[in-house]
Amino acid sequence: MKSLLLKDMDRLLAALAENRTLYVPTDGAGGAEYRLYQPGTPLSEALNTNRSAKDFFFPQTENMMRFQMRGKEIRIEEPTRPDEDFVVFGVRACDARSFELLDKVFLSEPVDSYYQNRRAHGVIVTRCCGRPEETCFCTAFGIDPTAPGGDVSTWQDDQRLYLAANTPAGQALLNGVAHLLTDAPETAADDAKAKTRAALANLPIQNLPLDGFGEENLLAIFNDPRWAELSRACLGCGTCTFVCPTCQCYDIKDFDTGHGIQRFRCWDSCMYSEFTRCAHGNPRVSQVERFRQRFMHKLVYFPANNQGDFSCVGCGRCLQKCPVSLNIVKVIKALGGEKA
Amino acid sequence: MSVNETLIPKLGVVTDIRIDTPDVKTFRVNALGGGKVFEHIPGQCAMLSIPGVGEAMFSITSSPTNKDYMEFSIKKCGCLTDWLHQMEPGQQITIRGPYGNGFPVDTAFKGKNLLFIAGGIGLAPLRSVINYVRANRADYGTIDIVYGSRSKDDLVDYREILDEWCAEEGVNVHLTIDREQEGWDGHVGFVPNYVKELGFDTNKTAIICGPPIMIKFTLAGLVELGFDKTQVYTTMELKMKCGVGKCGRCNIGAKYVCKDGPVFRCDQLDEMPNEY
Amino acid sequence: MQEAMIRRAKELLADGTVNRVLGWQRGEFVYDVTPAVFASPDELDASFVYNDFCGANLSKYLVAESRKEGKVLAFLKPCDTYSLNQLTAEHRVVRENIYAIGLPCEGKADVEALKAAGAAGITGIADGGDTFTVHTLYGDQTVAKADALAERCANCKSKQCVTYDELLGENGAVQNSHRFDMVEQLENMTADERYAFWQGELSRCIRCNACRNACPACTCEKCVFDNPQSGIANTAPADSFEEKLFHIIRAFHVAGRCTDCGECSRVCPQHIPLHLLNRKFIKDINELYGPYQAGADVAARGPLTDFTFEDCEPSVVHERGVN
Repeated sequence: MKSLLLKDMDRLLAALAENRTLYVPTDGAGGAEYRLYQPGTPLSEALNTNRSAKDFFFPQTENMMRFQMRGKEIRIEEPTRPDEDFVVFGVRACDARSFELLDKVFLSEPVDSYYQNRRAHGVIVTRCCGRPEETCFCTAFGIDPTAPGGDVSTWQDDQRLYLAANTPAGQALLNGVAHLLTDAPETAADDAKAKTRAALANLPIQNLPLDGFGEENLLAIFNDPRWAELSRACLGCGTCTFVCPTCQCYDIKDFDTGHGIQRFRCWDSCMYSEFTRCAHGNPRVSQVERFRQRFMHKLVYFPANNQGDFSCVGCGRCLQKCPVSLNIVKVIKALGGEKA
Repeated sequence: MSVNETLIPKLGVVTDIRIDTPDVKTFRVNALGGGKVFEHIPGQCAMLSIPGVGEAMFSITSSPTNKDYMEFSIKKCGCLTDWLHQMEPGQQITIRGPYGNGFPVDTAFKGKNLLFIAGGIGLAPLRSVINYVRANRADYGTIDIVYGSRSKDDLVDYREILDEWCAEEGVNVHLTIDREQEGWDGHVGFVPNYVKELGFDTNKTAIICGPPIMIKFTLAGLVELGFDKTQVYTTMELKMKCGVGKCGRCNIGAKYVCKDGPVFRCDQLDEMPNEY
Repeated sequence: MQEAMIRRAKELLADGTVNRVLGWQRGEFVYDVTPAVFASPDELDASFVYNDFCGANLSKYLVAESRKEGKVLAFLKPCDTYSLNQLTAEHRVVRENIYAIGLPCEGKADVEALKAAGAAGITGIADGGDTFTVHTLYGDQTVAKADALAERCANCKSKQCVTYDELLGENGAVQNSHRFDMVEQLENMTADERYAFWQGELSRCIRCNACRNACPACTCEKCVFDNPQSGIANTAPADSFEEKLFHIIRAFHVAGRCTDCGECSRVCPQHIPLHLLNRKFIKDINELYGPYQAGADVAARGPLTDFTFEDCEPSVVHERGVN
């Protein structure tokens, strides 16, 4: 384990930014968000960023290819892939876990080369949560914020930042800034971890009844009459999907730039009425079906296809951002638990 | 780990356009240098696109035993299909695939008596299997085909049905149209009822494709005749964007139609939510 | 107030005046309330809540609710009554199917403002008159209510309920607000400064459509941005121009109809001050056509849909200058 005096934090960030593009969470008009590091920019002390960190690997809009149309002929121009190495500093354990869940989608066969390329160029430095919020429930999904993961994990007490590499890429990153770091015993961050654990023990949302969401209950949960009531206030906006670190549905669209047809992909939301509309109709006719789809996907369908892993990391963004305060916790509490 | 550039299409050229019905045309697609853009198995689909107009999933209606080209029978029903219907031969299009599981022609269907039941444009995916089975005739038992449409003019591939399927020994073709029509002396009535009237033996494997409502009633009819749902296959269609189970919109429960389907055995459907 | 509301709701359910109640439902915490319909006294007892965080404007739910069988009781804050009037004027609600109870309002709190004041890990909020005592995982904190008000409440335009079938408590009055101050600041900027301001704000947009879907003036059955045939239906902007286009088109579409309820800014997950676009229109309309408050009077003719000989000429924009 390495350590650094907190007063040298900006020196560390500046050194990281020397060789690679560095993104850090900073406070802005819209709340905390990841921005390109600028010397002297203070790190946000907010627990989490407004938008999740999925943007780095699955951006809201991404150009895929371009077409030139000449009479009856078409020319396909393959995209230039971003090849810049980058570091994301300050990712929380929940968002770090979300990358593993996104990997299950995008890196399973056939591999999504756009995502894979971004993933290959990114190094993740995580940060142990100091003051979890009441909306946090990552522990319900087996996430330990005191072991935040990523390529490098960091912890912090009043004096120092402690760093430990988890992967070869993380080790290489620390080697590059070794001149700023001092050796610390493996137990150096224990006090910081203990403090976080004490806070976690008091979180109001814990012990969610998740055992009822097995594949064997798929039809029972799908047909539960309470979906109508749970979804009644839903406005049908896409806030929950877009701030969610694990939502990964996308649309593919064409855009005439005037110099060719740009095909891009962008986030889409199962909450939208057009999401499943096709020539012969729409299998999800009302907001009840759309709302149900989102939570069935996270709690039943995704686990059924991924060895029981839920597609939720308990980051709490949907709790904070839904305009009418609907969220996955309310759904789990209503529908979870033992099934007859 | 193979990086399959599955979202980046290949180019094809439309070499022939056949008018099937007032709203269905069949498009022949070749690779730019001739031949096929890729191989497929019956029941699989491909994403066709005119950049700037749209991209959509279509079933490949030609049989893989056709080594020269692929064919797509496409009904005019939206922005992209409108465009396809007014284009001329020589037009290039983009194509990617093949997608989906296809029919189990070399496993579960092998040696079986086959009963094909189609309604309207639903013949498109079945035509691929029918012609595959005809080309490998010795591997299969009897072939029955029940096909219905709104009118005589709405029967897709009518010439091929009359000239080839009806003429072939061991292939029984049963055609029907919804309402009486001048010049039609065949059967009149809806497909599900006709299937029941024909009263097939249960020693067959049935394959249904058509509008969702027709599939539902036909399946019920077959069950009434004594068929087990494990003997009946169907192929589904939902909105798709990626074709590889990642864009998240064609799922029925935990199954993605583009990847785990489009072909499902009807007993599998019972385990899936009724959301299609 | 909550007890009085539940009592009155039960009476109206019991005597058959209404068959259901539109209000707010308790959540996980003090602040995460959800609009809900209650059909029985038991449901009211179980989860009906009314507190400082019931900011959601319930009027939009009446578009659907008022077309259902029987009369619905709706609890409306002054802001919400302006929306109801506007929706009534536009024939988007069936007013006869609504029994509106007007509520007095001293402004609603914004939990994000509490968090910005440093309250992390909120486990409870106690009402202390002019202050909130916020219980958190990391100790108690006292925040003045005035500092926790939502922007729209800090700049409240009116505490008067303008349509109701009955009032709970005293009706308030139209306020002398400072709501156009920020608009004036923007007007005083150079075009480049103003462009930079909006560029900065709107570039954060994630096109979640929360502003549109929460807006009581956005009640089209099919929004042009959802219609694939329109050619502009997109779930994400194709370029940086498009994200501005969405908000500007929306502001134009609600111009003259927007009551300035502020839901757009309340629901924005990216904290974009969308209400400023609407307020600019309201301010311009006031200046060009005379003072007008959408929703204040159900019989009023909207300035942008009503021609009079006194209307300003289109060239006024030129005369006022591009700034």
